[in-house]
Amino acid sequence: MQDQGQDQGLAGTAAAPDGDGKRTLPAAESVKKIVAGPRVWQSPDPRAVRGFIRQGAARRGAGLGRPKASRPGETMFRRYGVAIVGSGPAGLSAAARAAVRGLDHVLLEKTDHLSDTIFKYQRGKHVMATPVQLVLRSDLAFDAGRREAVLERWAETSEGRQVHVRFRAEVVSIEGGRGAFQLRLADGDVIEAETVVLAIGTAGNPNRLAIPGAETVRIDYQLDDPRDITGEDIVVVGGGDAGIENALGLAEPDLGNKVMLLQRDMQFTRAKPDNVALLEAARAEGRLDFMTGVRPVSLAPREMTVETRDGPGTLVCDRVIARLGATPARRFVESCGVSFASADKEAFPVLTSEFESSTPGVYVIGALAGYPLIKHCLNQGYDVIERILGNQELRPADEPILVEKFGGLPGRRSVDEWLERMRTGIGIFNDLTSLQLREFMLESDVRVFSRGEAVIVRNDMGSSLFAILDGSAAVEVNAADPSITVTLPEGDIFGEIGLISGRRRGATVRAAEDSILIEAPRSAVLKLMATAPAVKRRIDAVTAERMIKQIFGGTISQADISTILAQCRLQSFKAGECLIREGESGFDIFIIRSGSVVAEKLIAGKEVFLSYVPAGSYVGEMALFDDGHRSATVRAAVAVEAIVLPGDAFRALLDDRPDILRSVQEQVYSRRQINGFIEAQKSSFGSVADMYSSVADFLVEQGIGEATDALLIDETLCIGCDHCETACAETHDGISRLDREAGRTYAHIHVPTSCRHCENPQCMKECPPNAIHRAPDGEVFIDETCIGCGACQRNCPYGVIQMETPPPKKPGLVSWLLFGMGPGPGQPPDSWIEKTLGGGGSKEKVKQAVKCDMCRGVDGGPACVRACPTGAAIRVSPEDYLKVSGMGRATD
Amino acid sequence: MVRVDHTTRRRSAVHESFLKHGGFRYLKLALLLTAVCLGIYAGSSASPVRNGGSAAGYFLGILATVLVVWLAFLGIRKRAITGGRWSLKAWTSAHVYLGVAVLAISLLHSGFQFGLNLHTLTIVLLGLTVLSGVIGAVAYSVIPRRMSDNRGQLSGEQMIEAVQAVDAPLRQAARRLSEADALLVSSAIEDTEIVRGVFGRILAPDRNCPTARALAMMRRQSVRAGPLDGIEDKDEDDSERAVRERVTLLLERRSAMLGRARRHARYRALLEVWLYAHTPLTFGLLGALVGHVVSVFYMW
Ligand SMILES: Cc1cc2nc3c(=O)[nH]c(=O)nc-3n(C[C@H](O)[C@H](O)[C@H](O)COP(=O)(O)OP(=O)(O)OC[C@H]3O[C@@H](n4cnc5c(N)ncnc54)[C@H](O)[C@@H]3O)c2cc1C
Ligand code: HEM
Ligand code: HEM
Ligand code: SF4
Ligand code: SF4
Repeated sequence: MQDQGQDQGLAGTAAAPDGDGKRTLPAAESVKKIVAGPRVWQSPDPRAVRGFIRQGAARRGAGLGRPKASRPGETMFRRYGVAIVGSGPAGLSAAARAAVRGLDHVLLEKTDHLSDTIFKYQRGKHVMATPVQLVLRSDLAFDAGRREAVLERWAETSEGRQVHVRFRAEVVSIEGGRGAFQLRLADGDVIEAETVVLAIGTAGNPNRLAIPGAETVRIDYQLDDPRDITGEDIVVVGGGDAGIENALGLAEPDLGNKVMLLQRDMQFTRAKPDNVALLEAARAEGRLDFMTGVRPVSLAPREMTVETRDGPGTLVCDRVIARLGATPARRFVESCGVSFASADKEAFPVLTSEFESSTPGVYVIGALAGYPLIKHCLNQGYDVIERILGNQELRPADEPILVEKFGGLPGRRSVDEWLERMRTGIGIFNDLTSLQLREFMLESDVRVFSRGEAVIVRNDMGSSLFAILDGSAAVEVNAADPSITVTLPEGDIFGEIGLISGRRRGATVRAAEDSILIEAPRSAVLKLMATAPAVKRRIDAVTAERMIKQIFGGTISQADISTILAQCRLQSFKAGECLIREGESGFDIFIIRSGSVVAEKLIAGKEVFLSYVPAGSYVGEMALFDDGHRSATVRAAVAVEAIVLPGDAFRALLDDRPDILRSVQEQVYSRRQINGFIEAQKSSFGSVADMYSSVADFLVEQGIGEATDALLIDETLCIGCDHCETACAETHDGISRLDREAGRTYAHIHVPTSCRHCENPQCMKECPPNAIHRAPDGEVFIDETCIGCGACQRNCPYGVIQMETPPPKKPGLVSWLLFGMGPGPGQPPDSWIEKTLGGGGSKEKVKQAVKCDMCRGVDGGPACVRACPTGAAIRVSPEDYLKVSGMGRATD
Repeated sequence: MVRVDHTTRRRSAVHESFLKHGGFRYLKLALLLTAVCLGIYAGSSASPVRNGGSAAGYFLGILATVLVVWLAFLGIRKRAITGGRWSLKAWTSAHVYLGVAVLAISLLHSGFQFGLNLHTLTIVLLGLTVLSGVIGAVAYSVIPRRMSDNRGQLSGEQMIEAVQAVDAPLRQAARRLSEADALLVSSAIEDTEIVRGVFGRILAPDRNCPTARALAMMRRQSVRAGPLDGIEDKDEDDSERAVRERVTLLLERRSAMLGRARRHARYRALLEVWLYAHTPLTFGLLGALVGHVVSVFYMW
């Protein structure tokens, strides 16, 4: 007890009745919501809490840290061996390990429950335990199962292991150095620790609505289930996707809510267009209302005062839902002295193989360190404590997986030897830590190719990167004559252009001898590029070099290339931004590295669409032959990265190399012809050219510009039979991945809600298990390791991903045709599913992401198109469709 | 560790309607087939009569039957979504053209000998099937464009929601009308069927529509009340007038939305209704055909 008297921090568990009054019991409501809250420290029974604390204190005596008295005149502090920030799977596992090893620890958690991220999953969510091959090494048990069960089990374990946790302890700053860190909490308390483990995940902090009177009205920063709220006047603040979706959910007529959404800007720029359309439709139907250009000013009971463009106003308000975005965790982490690999949004902290950050004594684990799967988090929690305790023997838990990967290779080396060989032998890996290399290799493959075997094939879709670990490779640079090859030596890489631009492979590459290659999926490489700037630099440079070679012919000399490269720079453009403006002057050449652009020309006062230019081509060359006069505007159709080649450098190259000059002139000639043709059309058949132009604009706006293969419906042929949907459901577990009727239409061309198989798929970006891939035929598909987190659904700009559970099996076609059994072909109606499953609504929902996979593996290709009786459904790629030759077609 | 086979992309859809499929491939095939059959017919000796009893007749009869069975198989094909390189568009294209050819072939087979018998019933049923099919094919090529124009960017469901969206403001506005008028409006809201049965949808989508009736009534009354500036002062009248105007406006809006939803329903019905003849006729035809074949073998 004496110990406890000194220990302010310790007493501050959520329910501690003897705290200083600042820490009270969680509000009754949130207690109810805490499905799996740890019992002891939320129990209002003071004895239970004291008992627990006493035991914990006794144990701590054996730990690293000794209680320390703080400076005189202040409250007494004690210094912990380790302070663990964040009680997600990573932090909790670390705390459990510390408790077991008797390390004097404190687990600081911002909220009043453990593992906030998992706590916030949808009720009954099936938590998945991927990757299956990975052995779990943690004091916390973990199997796939319902969210509630997982949380409950952890709560019990941490209680049993006497994990010392302090709730409502948001750490706002960390100062000091190894041996003496001061962690300042939001409530002003300071905690001292010798080491710090940061495990705060990536969720960040929701931005608060900081206006006077905020305490007088209930403000929610998250909405679990809109159906929980009925008959209220609700003001939703924030016109992003989250705010709009919440508002729409709350405005369902049977809930009886009155919903008003406030948007600060005049437009909804941050939301998906589909969501904005739904919002506008809902207002037209009188289901809800919204205001733009308004700002909340203050709150009073049942009332919100707002500032509009026309002066102040008040709104009735029982509850505020504030969806103002989040401040990424990164900002806080950086303020603790942890540096990140780069300024990139996707970058992770720089860590040693012991998880130690750039500030000695501060360790980073879990999602924040770039390991978003629960199993990884749990293992790292264990490992980091062992490392802190100086355990050097510990082998990484992923060792068996790597042993298996490298096991099949000739030459019987150990995993460490192979990794060392990778690091020293392959240029891009030179600066990596063994942690990074291991992580990288977990997702990558080592493959043996025999001499002459094709590794990648020209015109295949593919975005993986290959590195030559042993042997060499031959690139067939000339499609017409495969005998002309360029050899890539050991240590070199290839496949980078497909990776960066998302386009088809430009050349076939074969193993020049029996070789060992590393094949890394796009996601692993992108992650590595985000964590290791050196890798990014190197890959960027190789890409630029090879793109220039590919475009201007492989015969350019290395010296020429080097001089040019030295003058190039990389520039990014947002969708809609101009690379080149008509009428201005300039000589720069833009090589489109990723994304695509459209060229437009002002004819008779109207922007007329000239052409669509995909990644891997260049624009801006025409000015060279026209005194630097830009004859057309070039705009980014989607986010674009371009290699900018200064006009002088290019000019010099052309002067030197008549062959290149010739090929550039040819291109200029053909582009001039197209432009001239369109201009002529414009004057003779103005409306045809207009039509073509506006159809092209429409399609680009609908994402066809970044598509590799998209479904379009010609509405002059569509009879609305929905056979396409039926066929999709029949070939895909009874769930249609396309919604024909939804989506936009222009000039009888309809773009249904269906995957565009984007060149640079946004959906892949944040998938924790990397379950989204691109196949050689270009299809973007989701494999069975999907954990159902919904990140891809949020990230896809076209709203084509659904989270679904496959329906039960239906009786076959014959029994339906002859005896009317079952619902027939297509996606079964919900009523049938319910009936078939019986009242077992309590069944676990194993929802996974589903989307179009272009009928991957189905003989005959996409079923939607094959099943269309009239030929209305077609699949197109932008090059096919956005051509001048499409002019007739588009207007047919 | 062997790399799986590379597949080359199949661009499986050329932008071409079912009628034009493959550059009118099946139209050409059907014409060729008909021409050959004509040749056979013309070349066969007419003894005793040119009909199904002759060798040429048997040939043509069997050919026609094979085609009919294949045509009827479309009903299965379109529902059995299997892998493979088939396309329903190609099937429809072939179906349409060979379907018409079948009529010609059967006529040649019959030697144009008709009477009041099962044989003639068979060919009549065949003729009706083909006729309904032709109507369907015409519907398929004419209606979609209109349906698309009518639908804007809305789905059927959204159209119905658009009608219902007017209900709440209409109800509210009608509260300030006289009781009789309010009743009229509420009947417009409650009793209007948005869509009716298939035939109702096609033939009389708007008949006896309570919304239309209410609208007509409101308009008639405002005509009777005379133009607005004729009113002396009377805020009260004025506001009543404003209410009427608003109700009329809302009813007009509702009517317009109803019109669109009904047109949509009508087009959809038109695209389907011919199948109500085509499919049963197919079954009738298959039955009669069996009867015909059995009868010529056993009862002749
Ligand atoms: C909807 C969804 C479903 C998912 N499903 C699965 C799945 O099925 N299987 C799987 O393996 N993974 C899944 N994931 C991923 C997984 O949940 C996360 O990657 C994992 O929880 C990360 O663990 P962590 O310990 O690093 O951080 P988190 O779990 O995010 O925990 C961080 C904790 O730190 C606290 N915190 C934050 N800042 C502070 C601060 N300043 N001071 C004190 N405390 C702080 C937070 O309150 C939180 O409790 C899913 C993710 C989501 C969003
Ligand atoms: C689409 C398919 C067919 C149609 C529409 C059809 C129709 C007819 C008609 C209208 C006649 C003339 C009847 C008459 O002379 O009064 C006829 C005669 C005949 N048909 Fe068919 N028939 C079909 C298929 C067949 C088949 C498959 C066979 C035999 C295998 C067949 C065998 C005969 C014979 C033998 C006659 C001659 C009967 C006679 O001489 O009176 N027919 N058919
Ligand atoms: C003997 C002649 C014919 C037979 C037995 C036949 C039979 C059928 C059958 C069984 C179907 C499937 C209906 C369904 O299940 O929905 C069908 C569909 C159809 N038929 Fe025919 N048919 C014949 C001739 C024709 C002709 C001559 C035409 C047009 C000129 C035609 C046009 C169609 C069309 C357009 C469809 C709809 C296809 C679809 O939506 O998938 N048919 N026919
Ligand atoms: S799911 Fe969305 S982001 Fe991903 S490829 Fe398809 S359309 Fe693009
Ligand atoms: S596929 Fe989508 S839902 Fe599944 S794990 Fe990846 S991001 Fe999450």
